[in-house]
Amino acid sequence: MNKILLIIKREYLTRVKKRSFIIMTILGPVLMAAMFIVPVYIAQIEGDVKTIGVIDETGMFGNTFNDSENIHFIPLKDDLDSARQVMLKKNLYAILHIPKTELSVPETIKLYSTGQPNIVVKGYIKDSYRKEIESMKLQASGVDPDILRSIKSSINLLTVKLDEGGEAEASSTELSMGVGFISGLIIYIFIFMYGAMVMRGVIEEKTSRIVEVIVSSVRPFQLMMGKITGVALVGLTQFVLWVVLTLLIVTTFLSVFSGDLQSYQQSQMKMTEEFTTETTAPATEALAPESDGSQVNESAIAIFESIRSINFGVVILMFLFYFVGGYLLYAALFAAIGSAVDAETDTQQFMMPVTIPLILSIVVSQFILYNPDGPAAFWLSIIPLTSPVVMMIRIPFGVPWFDLYLSMALLVLGFLGTTWLAGKIYRTGILMYGKKTSYKELWKWIKYKN
Amino acid sequence: MSTILEAHGVNKEFTNHKALSDVNLAVPEGSIYGLLGPNGAGKTTFIRIINQITAPDSGQVLFKGVPLSQQHISRIGYLPEERGLYKKMKVGEQALYLAQLKGMSKQDATTKLKKWFDKFDILNWWSRKVEELSKGMQQKVQFIVTIVHEPELLIFDEPFSGFDPINANLLKDEILELKKNGSTVIFSTHNMSSVEELCDHIALIDNSHKILEGRMKDIREQYRSNTYRISYTNPTVPVDEVLTNGYTILDSLEEDGLFTDTIRLSEGTTQNQLVESILPGLHLQSFNEILPSMNDIFIRKVNENKKNQTNRKP
Repeated sequence: MNKILLIIKREYLTRVKKRSFIIMTILGPVLMAAMFIVPVYIAQIEGDVKTIGVIDETGMFGNTFNDSENIHFIPLKDDLDSARQVMLKKNLYAILHIPKTELSVPETIKLYSTGQPNIVVKGYIKDSYRKEIESMKLQASGVDPDILRSIKSSINLLTVKLDEGGEAEASSTELSMGVGFISGLIIYIFIFMYGAMVMRGVIEEKTSRIVEVIVSSVRPFQLMMGKITGVALVGLTQFVLWVVLTLLIVTTFLSVFSGDLQSYQQSQMKMTEEFTTETTAPATEALAPESDGSQVNESAIAIFESIRSINFGVVILMFLFYFVGGYLLYAALFAAIGSAVDAETDTQQFMMPVTIPLILSIVVSQFILYNPDGPAAFWLSIIPLTSPVVMMIRIPFGVPWFDLYLSMALLVLGFLGTTWLAGKIYRTGILMYGKKTSYKELWKWIKYKN
Repeated sequence: MSTILEAHGVNKEFTNHKALSDVNLAVPEGSIYGLLGPNGAGKTTFIRIINQITAPDSGQVLFKGVPLSQQHISRIGYLPEERGLYKKMKVGEQALYLAQLKGMSKQDATTKLKKWFDKFDILNWWSRKVEELSKGMQQKVQFIVTIVHEPELLIFDEPFSGFDPINANLLKDEILELKKNGSTVIFSTHNMSSVEELCDHIALIDNSHKILEGRMKDIREQYRSNTYRISYTNPTVPVDEVLTNGYTILDSLEEDGLFTDTIRLSEGTTQNQLVESILPGLHLQSFNEILPSMNDIFIRKVNENKKNQTNRKP
């Protein structure tokens, strides 16, 4: 036991002290924080208003194009040719030309610009124009404009999950999808990164020929488990540091560089507080608060409600379980591969069958997200080779306890199985030099008695 | 003399071949025991069994009369033929790690390692990385790591490969020193002259069988072929005319008036008779018996074994 601790300590310390680890640990959060910060920053600086000149030859669309946040419309009196000439002088982003037609309303309009026009601008113009044409046509066929206005309505679909006792619970499919996919993806990436790290470690020991010295002091199985555990701790360290540093950078940025955002955040936080105090009241009026009845508030509350609907305690606990379980399952296999080859370039033929289930589980993730209770989702989240990723995707949607327990039990059995198998390959493989290993050979190694 | 290690009927089979068949060995305590044999004979497998890296299919290995178990690991030191160190690790850190794996406390290991590093004149390499060391220096580190926990039984597999003659000599002296301090050394090599120099017992393994074992002195006696070498000057009569009955002259040469002949005596002829018959006609310079070298015995036994096996097969 003492020896395995020594091995874990060495495996952990040599990796954590490496320059590449330190760089990755710092660079990762910077990149992740950039993912949060850059969009916010861009949204902040986007004060660039584009002016679009409108030449309306029909004279019917004077009120069609309303200014939006970034687009400003001005009517032009000139004809198209002269307008085109003064376009740059007048600092116009584009010219919209609505030609006069004889028979009906013009359905083709033209947008002139110096460069390829922005897709947002294009979409906005198209949308506004289409709506106008549609209502014109409806009016032409005798529909009252007041009725038209009253038809336009904004609706919210609140999804409410019922548990077995019929208790209601708000839920958000989008949020579940997000949480599920991201945690599944993180598990996938970590299994790959740290599984490969175990494999490289085994190959290093083999090629540097130190392995025979070590196995004369400890059992090969201890060496393998020590390495797997040490690398797991490296992975957890990196993960925790990433989360902490990312949060630190994001919050620092938000509080230092953006006063506006801070106040926005504060108001949001206040809203959360209000909301929570409200829900502590016995009445279930929370779903339809009487405060001022505005729709914004209502949907915000729905989001908060649905955030609460995901049982984050369970999600985090399960994330850790599948993170560690999946890693152990695959790391053992990666260790076995490392032991069977002489150089990393020879790993290809053995990597394939090991990585296919892992890649499969991330490939089908889209499908699982849309159908988290289907038979494919069920089976893939039960089979240990795919369950770490697939089950993690399912969990935020709520998984029947039976599925969860079965999957967990099988994962535990799975990694015990792969570890046992890998141990057998490993203890023979590490002492085999200079021979290309085939699957037939691996099978023989598994059958060897101690 | 008591034995430190005994093997009884050890068998080990791999899928394609038999590595050890029914091997019995006894390593006397305090000896330097040469484990010899051609490549692929099964020596390394046997050594790995002693180190409990692999287990025999059948048979038993006893360490001081007790079946070999994990508790013996700290009492054995092993320098494998395929040896190396972690390249990216610092020399001292690494030596400490390996010593601790053998069960030493950190403090004890540090003191003893520093002493050895000093003795081998590599103390200033303590905090360098292994990859900066020359191969010979790495070998020194490996040797130190093998012996630092003061094991009772040491196993060296081709210890001299990669050493220059000066360091090889240093190593030889250390091995003799270890023996003097009471350690037993099992020594596997193809270098027969170092066997003659160091070993007092040998075992020859060929094709998974042990074909020879015993004290080296006895073995060389046993394989003596009654061959003598004489050197002389001023012969009045040619030697081959004097030695007619019961002698075979294997070789004779002359250099600057010094004649050297190698003569085999037939059964029943004594060396006294040889000297008596030649002495009147020459000035004898030297006279000595030629004992077979370990090299000769090795080749002879292995070839015999091969012949036996081909004879046995049909």
